[in-house]
Amino acid sequence: MIRIVSRAETSPLRGNILRIGAVFCAFAASAVIMLFIGYNPIEVFGKIIEGSLKSAYRFQETVNKAIPLVVLSLGIAIAFKMKFWNIGAEGQFYLGAFGASLAAFSFPSLPAILLLPLMFVSAFFFGGMWALVPALLKARFSASETLVTLMLNYIALKWISYLQYGPWKDPAAKGFPKIAPFGKNAILPDLFGIHIGWLIALILVVLMYILMKKTKLGYEIDVLGESEATARYAGMSVTRITVVAILISGGLCGIAGMMQASAIEHSLSDQLSGGLGFTAVITTWLARLSPPVIVIASFLFSMLLQGGNFLQSALKIPSSVAGILQGIIIFFVLGSEFFVRYRFVYSREAGK
Amino acid sequence: MNLFIDSLSFFLQTAVQMGTHILLATLGGILCEKVGNLNLGIEGMMLLGASVGFSAALSTANPLIAILAAGAAGAAGALIYSVITVTLRGNQVVTGLVLTIFGAGVSGFLGNSLSGRSLPEAVTRAFAPVSIPVLRDIPILGKMFFEQSLYVHLALVVAVLMYVYFEHTHAGLNVRAVGENPAAADASGINVSAYKYAHITFGGFLCGIGGAYLSLVFVPRWQENITAGAGWIAVALVIFSTWNPLKAILASYAFGALKGIGFKFQNIDFSLFGNKIVFSPQILDMIPYLATVVVLVFITMRKKKENQSPKGLGVAYFREER
Repeated sequence: MIRIVSRAETSPLRGNILRIGAVFCAFAASAVIMLFIGYNPIEVFGKIIEGSLKSAYRFQETVNKAIPLVVLSLGIAIAFKMKFWNIGAEGQFYLGAFGASLAAFSFPSLPAILLLPLMFVSAFFFGGMWALVPALLKARFSASETLVTLMLNYIALKWISYLQYGPWKDPAAKGFPKIAPFGKNAILPDLFGIHIGWLIALILVVLMYILMKKTKLGYEIDVLGESEATARYAGMSVTRITVVAILISGGLCGIAGMMQASAIEHSLSDQLSGGLGFTAVITTWLARLSPPVIVIASFLFSMLLQGGNFLQSALKIPSSVAGILQGIIIFFVLGSEFFVRYRFVYSREAGK
Repeated sequence: MNLFIDSLSFFLQTAVQMGTHILLATLGGILCEKVGNLNLGIEGMMLLGASVGFSAALSTANPLIAILAAGAAGAAGALIYSVITVTLRGNQVVTGLVLTIFGAGVSGFLGNSLSGRSLPEAVTRAFAPVSIPVLRDIPILGKMFFEQSLYVHLALVVAVLMYVYFEHTHAGLNVRAVGENPAAADASGINVSAYKYAHITFGGFLCGIGGAYLSLVFVPRWQENITAGAGWIAVALVIFSTWNPLKAILASYAFGALKGIGFKFQNIDFSLFGNKIVFSPQILDMIPYLATVVVLVFITMRKKKENQSPKGLGVAYFREER
């Protein structure tokens, strides 16, 4: 009789070996599928790497895709640490972008040195406030935050669409439903050929690492995540910790939205995210909420996205193959967690 | 007056047509959540069904095979989800999101060779509206129910059967036990895993044929990302209908009606009490999600037993840890 027992202590090394093994299995499985539908898997994987890293331009594109993922994942991670299942990053991203645009359009003549910080603050505020709604509904009515944050994503998205098709529609766009582009002073500068968001993202990674590992707040979030009763018993103010942590969580997602609007799109649009907020839930989970690992997970994910686009032009393979590959890889990693957390016990006697 | 009744009955007919795929997907979602699993992969399973169903219709010209293939594709997606969340106890939210990415990827890949092609005559004929004499002349509601594709009736029948199943059968009672308290269900001899597998997979089947309604009947052509977020509306309506298949019918058609209003009146300015109001389809699109948030708050506030979400929703069940 085989029984499944959860492991008391898992060594990180063993876990990582299993996860890497899972990724290899995933590649093997995708290779078989590709052979089956008539592509050479080695060629496809080669082109994905080539398309995401090989030239300076492609590398920049990959980094551009990784920047919002990193910042969004940081925001999601702090909420997840508290066992607050915030899957509303997409909505907080849009509200942040909205806040930034509001600042950019309200003070068009402010110099960049003042306007850009103002946009950051506004984005952080709007993103944070949007995340606070589900937190309050959870605290007051115990409404499931997973479901509320999910719904708020679409409300935020439709709000942006409303602005784009209605009050904020650019009269100069000849009837096209578009929001006017930002002024030059509202656009993030480049640093080494990539917009400065990469540096901001890395600074945020360090800050979040310190916050989560070295500060009192980080410790309190950890305790609260483990058990609310323990946190109360230790005299922590659950409300204060929740509000601060959720503000940071939504605020970071808002900053991701601001950077995407300012540096990539140079405006606001309802296509700004295209599901990044959902992808970031996956990268956060893959990185097991650790800020440094988030950087790696986000970069690898961006390679798949960018490489997938390249497949289309290089091999005439639809770029949706990237979605299939992502799916297969993560399915395997999701499955492998089971073997990290549990072990099998073989016992002689039958029954329980 | 006659004109008003005519346009109202036409409007209701359109509402049902625009709500049928959402109804099927919502029913699939209800089935899955009733056994305690939150599946955010509905959109992905719908896309799988829409693309596989369409390509099966093209290659076999058989409407029944097309529907079954669409359902099987959705069920296959749900089966992957079940293996990971039920047997391997993986994170349900992440697995569902990945299923959506995966389904969109597969449908985009398959769809590459499907776009621009039209369905064989045998299929379009089978799904064309069936006009039932006498009944179709019932004022207002006649056209809504009796001048529709058989697909519409299929969705209605599934909804009613599901209601009967939950309320009046022994197995339906067991489903509730599994979703509310899997440990107690297990202790009373119910095979929790088998129940979860069966219901999640059949839920995926329904999502698959829901997606195929778009590609086979409503559009009826292949378009990239043909569901356009309908799967997420279904996730919302599962809650909005408080996991009740009959309320799901109303919720889906009401949403279809909203969509219909949005199409009809876009870019028309109204004037109300002297204020000019610009009609915005985007604001209308918000309504299902807003309403769902309100319902979520409301059901937890009122604490009425039959409206609550299944207690075990989203939590993996593990016998050894109970």
